[in-house]
Amino acid sequence: MSILHKTALAGGLAVLLCSSALAQGLSGKVVGFSQIGSESGWRAAETSVTKAEAERLGIDLKFADAQQKQENQIKAIRGFIAQGVDAILVAPVVATGWEEVLTEAKEASIPVVLLDRGIEAPEDLYLTSVASDQVKEGRVAGEWLVGAVGDKECKVVELQGTVGSSPAINRKQGFEEGIAGAANVSIIRSQTGDFTRSKGKEVMEGFIKAEGGGAGICAVYSHNDDMAVGAIQAIKDAGLKPGTDILVVSIDAVPDIFAAMVAGEANATVELTPNMAGPAFAALDAYLNGGTVPEKFIITESKLYTPADDPQGEYDRRKGLGY
Amino acid sequence: MNRSLRPLLATTIIFVLAYALAVSQYPGLLSTRVLGNFLTDNAFLGIAAVGMTFVILAGGIDLSVGAVIGFTTVLIAVLVMWAGLHPLAAFAVALVVAAAFGATMGAAIAYLQVPAFIVTLAGMFLARGAASVISPDSIGIKHDFYTAVSQTYLLLPGGGRITVIGGLMVAVFVLGALLAHRTRFGSAVYALGGNPTSAALMGVPVPRTTILIYTLSSTLAGLAGAVFSLYTKAGYSLSAVGVELDAIAAVVIGGTLLTGGYGFIAGTFIGVLLQGLVQTYIVFDGSLSSWWTKIVIGGLLFMFILLQRLIFSASAPSRKALWKA
Repeated sequence: MSILHKTALAGGLAVLLCSSALAQGLSGKVVGFSQIGSESGWRAAETSVTKAEAERLGIDLKFADAQQKQENQIKAIRGFIAQGVDAILVAPVVATGWEEVLTEAKEASIPVVLLDRGIEAPEDLYLTSVASDQVKEGRVAGEWLVGAVGDKECKVVELQGTVGSSPAINRKQGFEEGIAGAANVSIIRSQTGDFTRSKGKEVMEGFIKAEGGGAGICAVYSHNDDMAVGAIQAIKDAGLKPGTDILVVSIDAVPDIFAAMVAGEANATVELTPNMAGPAFAALDAYLNGGTVPEKFIITESKLYTPADDPQGEYDRRKGLGY
Repeated sequence: MNRSLRPLLATTIIFVLAYALAVSQYPGLLSTRVLGNFLTDNAFLGIAAVGMTFVILAGGIDLSVGAVIGFTTVLIAVLVMWAGLHPLAAFAVALVVAAAFGATMGAAIAYLQVPAFIVTLAGMFLARGAASVISPDSIGIKHDFYTAVSQTYLLLPGGGRITVIGGLMVAVFVLGALLAHRTRFGSAVYALGGNPTSAALMGVPVPRTTILIYTLSSTLAGLAGAVFSLYTKAGYSLSAVGVELDAIAAVVIGGTLLTGGYGFIAGTFIGVLLQGLVQTYIVFDGSLSSWWTKIVIGGLLFMFILLQRLIFSASAPSRKALWKA
């Protein structure tokens, strides 16, 4: 884990250093961006943030939505190469099958940056990858809860993501790591809510019934904000006050959870930033203008937000991004 | 000029005009690299579209094509990575399985008199479902043969490359054209599409031809699956979703009549290139939503259906005149 920490620090540092030197920057450069599609609110937000970042930096961004199909992504990347772009960003839809087209990009000396997902290919085929650390997200949430309850006994119920999906596995593991040091905090029930609002509500209703009307539950940890919003509804339906009687902590930082924070119904969320392009552009700037080869894995910050962090402002900032 | 060549000519003119227009805006489009990409990136679609042309020429439809491609990629990946077969052996197995699948669908259509739409829809669900049951995850294929194939290409001046799969697609089109226009089977397909009853009266073996047509279509879909697995070096149950519809679009834009009996394999080739051109143009532009591809293809389809209507209603009076005489 310490290696991850160091990588994150180094990545963050590189980002800071570069953003100060952005003046000569990437202005006028042509960057192709092959996006997976717009299957989720987060994905749509990533797209709009990337476009906004590109505009801010004066980059001519060529955007291609692959409609969830790898063949479309490969075609788009080939199109970018044929066009002679300066760099390519890819959010790969699957992990396999990228070697050939990335080799072509490499032969054309076009740097490729992977966004938010990894691939199974030799590391020399891409310049760097920008992604979040899902284990860390869970750990940050767990550490917040340990700090928030102090010495008090706290029984936690957990709403898991889709069974077997990597965010569900990693966010569970991270949270368990986060609370491992505190004997007074323990997970008493854990079940999947499939990352959806309706399943989150349904499962939470079950938890409350099973725990004597919710009296035994001190906090709910949800693998994403959507399920947390569902759980908040279930808590209210049971006649309890979410945020006070039962603490609510979740991951993603979508606008709706900030709205819940404004209403005092959610206590903390860990951000999965949609701004993967920012660090990517910074790395490209350093590489194209200074020849600096960035870290192979840039880890984005997993920032914690609580009601003390201006939830109304965060809500306003995010609501237009397409979540 | 032969009237029957008009739709083919129209497609060709539209392609040339569209390409010229696109090049005037983005000169980079006129490079051997882009032309090579047209072949490589559309190889699986083109090969499947040849099979689809035969099916539509005979007045049928095959909705199972995309699912058969997806199934084949998974089957090949499993045979190579889990069973340790050589890819060429895996391809052979996959082609045989696909052919048997097509023959079964053809037999159901020919002997049970069930509409092709329903039978191949069932085939689509079966193949896609089976692929997901074998493995819901994408299976990467690592084999020296795959590496060798991807490193084998004809380098054109200007950096373009004719890859193995791109070349294979062209070969399939040439063989398909010969099969359609120069063989007894080809004539039987056209006769069947024109009018099944009179075809039967003329001595065309209708059930046998029907079975062969769907066998051919599925086999080519299997070949397209092998090409797809070479293209992405992976087997994935959700790959090539909706390719059957792209193939149908390519066939119709290529000037083949949806009711059958009329059309050219060469037209389908241009139909495939036209779709590739639209996609490439949108990538070059970089600000248009990629869904414009669908809108443009939809518009072209509509235009060609209208065009066919016009041509065939224009030929109707002459038939009447013949009867009067």
